[in-house]
Amino acid sequence: MSALSDDSVVIADAAPVVRRLPLWRQLSHNTSVVAGAAVLALILLLGLLAPLLDTMDPSQINPSNRNKIPGAEVTMRLDDGSVVGHTAWMGTDSLGRDVHSRVLYGVRVSVIVGVSVSVISIAIGLLIGLVSGYIRWLDGIVMRVMDGLMAIPAILLAIALVSLWGSGLVTVILAIVVPEVPRVVRLVRALVLSIREEPYVEAAIAAGTRLPRILVFHILPNTVAPLIVQATYICASAILIEAILSFLGVGIPTTTPTWGNIMAEGRQFFRIYPHNILFPGIFLALTVLAVNIMGDGLRDTLDPKMAKRTG
Amino acid sequence: MSAPPINNVPVLEVRDLTVALPGGADRPNAVQRISFTVNPREIVCLVGESGSGKSVTAFATMGLLPKALTPTGGQILLQGEDILTASEQRLRELRCTRMSMIFQEPMTALNPVITCGEQIDEVLETHTKFDPAERRRRIIAMLEQVRLPEPARIYDSYPHQLSGGQRQRIMIAMALVLDPALLIADEPTTALDVTTQAQILQLIKELQERQGTGVLFITHDFGVVAEIADRVAVLRYGELVEMGQTRQLLTRPQHPYTKMLMAAVPSIHPRHREDRSKSELVLRAEGLTKVYSGGGFFQKSRAVRAADEVTIEVRRGETLGIVGESGSGKSTVARCIARLIDPTGGSIYLGGDEIGRLSPRRLRKHRRRIQIIFQDPYRSLNPRRTVGASIVEGPMNYGLSRAESLERARKLMELVRLDPNALDRFPHQFSGGQRQRICIARALAMEPELLIADEAVSALDVSVQAQVLDLLDDIRLRLNLAMLFITHDLRVAAQICDRVAVMQNGKVVEYGLAADMFADPQHDYTKALFAAAPGRDWQFGEAAA
Repeated sequence: MSALSDDSVVIADAAPVVRRLPLWRQLSHNTSVVAGAAVLALILLLGLLAPLLDTMDPSQINPSNRNKIPGAEVTMRLDDGSVVGHTAWMGTDSLGRDVHSRVLYGVRVSVIVGVSVSVISIAIGLLIGLVSGYIRWLDGIVMRVMDGLMAIPAILLAIALVSLWGSGLVTVILAIVVPEVPRVVRLVRALVLSIREEPYVEAAIAAGTRLPRILVFHILPNTVAPLIVQATYICASAILIEAILSFLGVGIPTTTPTWGNIMAEGRQFFRIYPHNILFPGIFLALTVLAVNIMGDGLRDTLDPKMAKRTG
Repeated sequence: MSAPPINNVPVLEVRDLTVALPGGADRPNAVQRISFTVNPREIVCLVGESGSGKSVTAFATMGLLPKALTPTGGQILLQGEDILTASEQRLRELRCTRMSMIFQEPMTALNPVITCGEQIDEVLETHTKFDPAERRRRIIAMLEQVRLPEPARIYDSYPHQLSGGQRQRIMIAMALVLDPALLIADEPTTALDVTTQAQILQLIKELQERQGTGVLFITHDFGVVAEIADRVAVLRYGELVEMGQTRQLLTRPQHPYTKMLMAAVPSIHPRHREDRSKSELVLRAEGLTKVYSGGGFFQKSRAVRAADEVTIEVRRGETLGIVGESGSGKSTVARCIARLIDPTGGSIYLGGDEIGRLSPRRLRKHRRRIQIIFQDPYRSLNPRRTVGASIVEGPMNYGLSRAESLERARKLMELVRLDPNALDRFPHQFSGGQRQRICIARALAMEPELLIADEAVSALDVSVQAQVLDLLDDIRLRLNLAMLFITHDLRVAAQICDRVAVMQNGKVVEYGLAADMFADPQHDYTKALFAAAPGRDWQFGEAAA
């Protein structure tokens, strides 16, 4: 053993260092992330810039323009009484409202619901999951409560909440968050249970680090990657559930256009005028697909272990 | 099944084999222009450290290279037939009938939901036309040959019902049931305990002699080489640096790398150590017991005494080794003493303070006095924090300012012979040995009285291991530390310990000065451990000098 002199040590031990690309570079190399993000950005832009994209007031009813096919020329009376010509790119619905305008404004609701549900449920789930995973005696109690919450179907909960408070954006978000939280809690708890056994956490305990600090500095940062991935899946499913709720009439009232209630509107005359369902349907499908593809890409980049496990 | 062995024609001939690594790797080729042969009835060892390309060579021979690796040159001739150009269909025919492989981890190499017998049967069913009764008869005979007790019962057992050694025997039975000409063994004993390892090595040797198989044996351990090899090939960074007859290579290594590797193998004879028996007592564990009781609402509870009435002492400036095989309870003792787990019984005296039963709140002020270094350097640093943040965390917990802690961290980085300017790097930018040095620095930053090293060098390559051992011993001497060193490796224990406690099934079976114990072990289990240590009759370091 003594054959090695002190000077040689660092050199002999200097094994090739693994270089890791910065995160954004890694992500920009992933086709799924780039493709998904590009589609999402486009849809988001359409929603943000809706007033500039040849749209009318999305809730303006005009009986003389009922059930026009896509591309039809219609006349619209504005609030100030003037009458303007307008091309109904996606046709009009049975009340004469412009579907093109309604679909573009509908982006806003979907994005708000998707983002706020994923942020809120991740935040709540993270907090409960961290505590439940680390403080063992609380675990049993918390997880049984979560099991109970998980048994509540979003749609029934929404109907109950609507009958209590009336329909609206907040009700919808709440109805989707409640059953989503236990899923996040389960994920976080499972992550915490495995991370807390890692030697670096034990080293922190041996170094006299207090519990809150261990949770925040040692465990939390190592749960972030899988949570970001989970957030994208929650976002996609929230957008879908919102559409379902609005379609069923327990979501957002028709005065605010959402893809779900546009489709509900078009359901009656679907055979004759399919455009009422087709266009919001395409947008909905594209958005959910883009979010999911981006989520898969994020998973492959941020969480390679999980990617391997699930194939 | 196999072609009749033709004498004097090698079973395996590797000619100028080159396998390319994917772009962006640290070197262009995993293996580069390596050539060697394996003759019938011969065991050839490929020796090298991690990343030397020894496993790549084995997988290339089996035609099992991952897609990212492509052979770009040379030939692999199995009884004259080139594997590299063979079709997938032909490779399937050759596997098991003419060449077989056993792997490092017998648990993952066996399918957990199929009985061991059926798994061997699959081989016979695929490659032979025997009827089921004949197949069963042959399998039972093979299980007997690998000396498994009650072959009929083993046939119907699932892998999880067997021990690691038994599973490896199943793998060997499966590999040899069709009497292949070539057996490739990829670190087959690395995951096993030393006494089991000795048995498996013995078994491979016996069966190989009886069946006349050529064996390509991959290992990182010169002890194993000395036990089993006829010829040895030393690999480094994908190049074959030296090849020769075992005795010749082990007694007169030519290449500087071989010499360095062999010099790094710790000697099994203890070094002379100063007498520390009069120095101050730092730790005394008395009757330390840890019982794990399993079971829940519906299961019968089952208590395991992981540590059973363990009494040990460590004095200032001295290293106590706890030696034992897996499951002996040596890590449990270490973790109880570090209070990472709560002992069920007994007392732990640190200086004059009893810390075995303190509540977490009262324990906190004693935490810094005991620090621990873990086995796996890849998991013992938080991947999301810079190494500097990891090192200063402890001192700052005890009220040192950030600036003072950083200053201490820089000094410690120098002490563990790393660049102090590397403090703002992340763990993934360091090699395993470097990370272990960082862990040592992190432990020392607390200025502990007792340093626990829990298999701290087991995951490291032998040359790096030697350096880290030297470093630990140097630090102990310089800081006059008390050290508790947990290891399964007698050679390592011989080099670093003043006194040794041998553990078996949670109990200390022998306890005394390292020099005395290595010269004249008393307990039967200790004797068995020594007898099983591979290459115990060899002095690798001396040959290299």
